[in-house]
Amino acid sequence: MARYDRAITVFSPDGHLFQVEYALEAVRKGNAAVGVRGTDTIVLGVEKKSTAKLQDSRSVRKIRKIVNLDNHIALACAGLKADARVLINRARIECQSHRLTVEDPVTVEYITRYIAGLQQKYTQSGGVRPFGLSTLIVGFDPYTGIPSLYQTDPSGTFSAWKANATGRNSNSMREFLEKNYKETSGQETVKLAIRALLEVVESGGKNIEVAVMTKDHGLRQLDEAEIDAVVAEIEAEKAAAEAAKKGPPKET
Amino acid sequence: MKFDTSGLESHGQLVGASDGLFNGFPTAPSFEIPNTTDFDCFQKEAIQMVKPAKGTTTLAFIFKEGVMVAADSRASMGGYISSQSVKKIIEINPYMLGTMAGGAADCQFWHRNLGIKCRLHELANKRRISVTGASKLLANILYNYRGMGLSVGTMIAGWDETGPGLYYVDSEGGRLKGMRFSVGSGSPYAYGVLDNGYRYDMSVGEAAELARRSIYHATFRDGASGGVASVYYVGPDGWKKLSGDDVAELHYNYYPVQPSVVEQVMVET
Repeated sequence: MARYDRAITVFSPDGHLFQVEYALEAVRKGNAAVGVRGTDTIVLGVEKKSTAKLQDSRSVRKIRKIVNLDNHIALACAGLKADARVLINRARIECQSHRLTVEDPVTVEYITRYIAGLQQKYTQSGGVRPFGLSTLIVGFDPYTGIPSLYQTDPSGTFSAWKANATGRNSNSMREFLEKNYKETSGQETVKLAIRALLEVVESGGKNIEVAVMTKDHGLRQLDEAEIDAVVAEIEAEKAAAEAAKKGPPKET
Repeated sequence: MKFDTSGLESHGQLVGASDGLFNGFPTAPSFEIPNTTDFDCFQKEAIQMVKPAKGTTTLAFIFKEGVMVAADSRASMGGYISSQSVKKIIEINPYMLGTMAGGAADCQFWHRNLGIKCRLHELANKRRISVTGASKLLANILYNYRGMGLSVGTMIAGWDETGPGLYYVDSEGGRLKGMRFSVGSGSPYAYGVLDNGYRYDMSVGEAAELARRSIYHATFRDGASGGVASVYYVGPDGWKKLSGDDVAELHYNYYPVQPSVVEQVMVET
């Protein structure tokens, strides 16, 4: 088996591309990220590592994990952040190049296809390694206004989702979403995304970063106070649910 | 000259040749410069020789119901009329038309190439390309070949999600959006009649008659225009050919022969 993971261009006898699978491992070690699509709102949330004492917190805030690709498209990713920078730059250029050649903004599907195509190219070349990140791409279609959420991975595949998670403990987040997903809009979508993230991340505004995208206002990063408020709401609801469960049986 | 296969290539660049900034911008085609004593003069003469006068009349205008496109059908080589039945309105796809003025081969080839690109766009993006996008694609290609002797003066007319669209694109790389255009040696005459009779809220019939009349008057005065006046209409369901009338017959429709009074008959003595 070890013989087949040296070069990216070699298939193993049982049909695996080991470098791609190792890239997926790198993704699994990255920070958790979640995306939820509502009827008029899309929410992206990522786990935020606490800043080291000597690190300039202003610069960390600048290196945001959830970024704009264009006015109407945003991206969050899990995995190697350095690879993310390169991929995001190429995607941003492609968004502008598309605007230049056909005088129209890209659709979410188009830019997802471009990013996935780029990730695939690096799995079929000599001397390069795949990008070690999975991305969650959200946006509104510039013509129809329909919100979309797509996910790409290091192998270059992509698909559309109602809600998805990637990175550390993504399986538990996905399970939670599968159990609790329903069509939401506005603040409800934000709450659902944060609840999913809180399943695997320590509670509190300083451990998660949340951004909300709407058709009219584009991408808006929620600040710590707002996140704390929603987290408090969620905790209160949880406590109320617990109390309700414990309450009635005692009366008999 | 390198054949343009950019419509068939995939979007991406070679891995390893990527330097970040220039991805996605294709390199312009080029050829070797010949050894001459005075290259600028040679270049000017070469372009003058290759640049045929755009002996034709084509016009298009947007009105309330859509876009009306009309053209003559004469091809001339200097003073010789080589054909009276040239199709100067090219059907790019069922909802977009292009007009031909300048080099016939250039127009035909690049319109077909544009049709290929539009279809590929449709297949990739699951939606039709807009008239804006199609005209931009053509203009970008023509800009790449700027100075190499292409002669194209075309109008791209169509109906897309935003309604009727009309763009003028030429081989100098220019691209203009507008409501009324006329291209060719007969265009001054056509503009006279078109601008005079144009109103935004005409019916399809009135607009077709205006287009037909404009082409007829241009063919009457311009020697390089003639043949058949074709009129096409582009509406929400795509284009439709409305009429193709021989301009000689149109002349007698507009100006019927007056029966003259027979004067005194000369009697032979």
